Amino acid sequence: MKRRWWTLAHLEETFFRLLMRISALVLVLALAGILLAVLIRGLPAMNLDMITKVPEGGFYLGGGGGLLNAILGSLYLAGGGTILAFLISLPIAMGLNVYAPSSRWAAFTRMTLDVLWGIPSLVYGAFIFLIMISMGMRASLGAGILALTLLQIPIMVRAMDEVMRLIPGGLKEAAYGLGATRLEMARAVVLRQALPGIFTAVLLAFGRGIGDAASVLFTAGFTDRIPTSLASPAASLPLAVFFQLSSPFPEVRARGYAAALILTVLILIVSGLSRAVARRLSRNVVN
Amino acid sequence: MDSHISIKDLNVYYGDNHALKSVNLDIPRNQITAIIGPSGCGKSTLLKTLNRFHDLVDDTRVEGEVRFDDIDIYAPDVDVTEVRTKIGLIAQRPYLLPMSIFDNVAFGLRIHHITNRREVKGQVEKYLQLAGLWDEVKDRLHEPATSLSIGQQQRLCLARGLAVEPEVLLGDEPTSALDPISAKNIEVSLQQLKSQYTIVIVTHVLRQARRLADHVVFMYLGELVEAGPASKVLKSPKDPRTKAYLSGEM
Amino acid sequence: MRLSQSNSRTPFGRIFNDKLAARSFLLAASFPLLVLLFMAGALLLRTLPIFQFVTPWEFLTGDLWRPSQGEFGLSTFISGTLWVTLLALVVAVPPCILTSIFLVEYARRGTLRGLLPVIDLLAGIPSVVYGVWGVLVVVPLVPRLGQFLRSVFGDLPLLTSSNPTGFSILAGGIVLAVMISPIIVSITIEVLRSIPQGVREAALAVGSTRWQAVKHAVLPNALPGIIAAAVMGLSRAFGETLAVMMVVGNTAAIPRSVFDPGYPLTALIANNYGEMMSIPRYDAALMGAALLLLVVVIVFNILSALVLARVSQGARS
Repeated sequence: MKRRWWTLAHLEETFFRLLMRISALVLVLALAGILLAVLIRGLPAMNLDMITKVPEGGFYLGGGGGLLNAILGSLYLAGGGTILAFLISLPIAMGLNVYAPSSRWAAFTRMTLDVLWGIPSLVYGAFIFLIMISMGMRASLGAGILALTLLQIPIMVRAMDEVMRLIPGGLKEAAYGLGATRLEMARAVVLRQALPGIFTAVLLAFGRGIGDAASVLFTAGFTDRIPTSLASPAASLPLAVFFQLSSPFPEVRARGYAAALILTVLILIVSGLSRAVARRLSRNVVN
Repeated sequence: MDSHISIKDLNVYYGDNHALKSVNLDIPRNQITAIIGPSGCGKSTLLKTLNRFHDLVDDTRVEGEVRFDDIDIYAPDVDVTEVRTKIGLIAQRPYLLPMSIFDNVAFGLRIHHITNRREVKGQVEKYLQLAGLWDEVKDRLHEPATSLSIGQQQRLCLARGLAVEPEVLLGDEPTSALDPISAKNIEVSLQQLKSQYTIVIVTHVLRQARRLADHVVFMYLGELVEAGPASKVLKSPKDPRTKAYLSGEM
Repeated sequence: MRLSQSNSRTPFGRIFNDKLAARSFLLAASFPLLVLLFMAGALLLRTLPIFQFVTPWEFLTGDLWRPSQGEFGLSTFISGTLWVTLLALVVAVPPCILTSIFLVEYARRGTLRGLLPVIDLLAGIPSVVYGVWGVLVVVPLVPRLGQFLRSVFGDLPLLTSSNPTGFSILAGGIVLAVMISPIIVSITIEVLRSIPQGVREAALAVGSTRWQAVKHAVLPNALPGIIAAAVMGLSRAFGETLAVMMVVGNTAAIPRSVFDPGYPLTALIANNYGEMMSIPRYDAALMGAALLLLVVVIVFNILSALVLARVSQGARS
């Protein structure tokens, strides 16, 4: 029973183990390389002005100022989109799980949501753009928020649905057993039990919203000013990255890297926040 | 006694949990040894040391010696796949490979490089017969294995285990997921197989141990309390803990 | 008898509330379908005028795109999208599956537990950041990779290119591959973890090696899930706009080699929407391109649902 490494089976094992390690290494290196590249190129261009000032005259030729317009614009856009999407998504997820679980209608709606999840954000942008031009509207914060809302709904509903489906049937039956109606059960059991998951879903959608560029490209426009109303155009970080990176001036391109760094840090904060809060909220969850 | 496997000072740890405490045991050749004891006593842990399934779990440490004939199966230069070929396992419930009835049995042959079609066919038939399944499946060998009833599936797993020609068969409560008739079928097969194989089964059904076992091992809280011929251990146990278990007080 | 502590006083009120809520929840659940139908309808309506100019067949297969002269053929852009998406899948899927297998079947539990949040985090990194990485790292490397490959394999048709820069469909494919890999890995890990340990043990117990157990017992069971993972990655790659635009070169010619630049549909729309009202029929043509993206996603979802149903049925029966 001595080990013989040269048998076909063992050679195959060794070969694939090696291949797996190489694959994992390449992926890790590539992904780490992304964070590293953004950090190395973005950090030198970072300064306090970047996050506290809006672009001043000649900013796109290398003049002074910062990216506050894009930072606030992104927060407004993603924040507004997230609130609207939440107001629509929660009833959808509840409807799927409380009133029509495992029905044909629910299965069909889930498939529709899968389709919506897969639709490119550009198409959402184009759709809202069509509505805008038919109503004679111009690129604005409001339109950008609408496009993001559409993009975020399938992300949010799917994430909520996933946690709500995991709620043990016994827990629901316990509520029904006490004579609760479905609405009362939904409030007492589904909402509470899924609360951490709902919160994660909201932050997930917020993260996707803040990072998405194609949907706001048509709809929110770009401006150096901080938006003052829903009707005024709004800048966003992803577009700030994109526009400045295509500049011929190295100073401006460096600011594009800085914008990418700010965007990445924002995403990291959102992600960390969602983990921390989900852990907090899950104290009352029955396992 | 002609012992086929002999265990010396065996300890198993799951992390900090000392699951098996200095077990010494000889398993006799071509007999059925039943490991009994209350749940959580280390029966399955002991069984899984015999085919090195603990290798698959992180943070599990096995110390001591398990000699199979004269080879310590935990020696560093031993090929674990060969250990598992010589010492087969029938699991608690039938886990099928995602392939046809025929291929489930042929799988073991093929990975051990028996590829001659006629030979494979002959072996598959032989072991399906040995597991008492041949007559029921001979006309639908190429249907998916999942089309069988759960009792048939377990006999298919038995045939799959036998096909790689092990010397020892381990059974981890092999009938616990089955209906009484299917359980009976497996028991009959095991009785017939013991002339050619050394069989070790874990069971929590005392009556099963009484029906099948030539040799009985009683475990309690990770310790081997008593081991010996079935007639002795089951009829006149020495240890008070064995007595208590046999009389149903545990 | 008081049954209720809710805001309405009578049992009748509670039940009425419940019925009302049921209606409104079901109404809410029809929202996704309405959005989809409305979107498809609106895009179709805006696209139709283009078909007074060109037939649908010419629109899809024509290779001339001269809006000012009324020539609208999308085939160049369709091929750009296909190239980039396929390259992304080819580059991403095998290493992602291998990495997932490594993490679930071979690596220590703690490694996996530590890496899962990192993978989720990477899946959330905005695509434009992947684009930045593409511009900084991938684009400069691509011409060198080309030189190297040509020096090894000679002038193979897919490798020869007159493109002196690295802005190419290969760069687009690599950027997209890395972008979708956290999604594919995270789903594949979930799928592999859902497969019962007994399935692996069944193969191992007859003396198979670990890889044989993976190959014969685990992977066939995981196949439907892995297909689903690849489809998720595919839809992300297919519709990505900015990350691709930044590295793919945006030259309207059908690529003959992976080192040639390309021009995907998404880039076409994003680059030209600003002028689309100034040239007749241009808006219809661009909305037609958007409609095409939408239709492909719908068709793809239906196909993959059918395939999944078949595969999982085959595994079960």
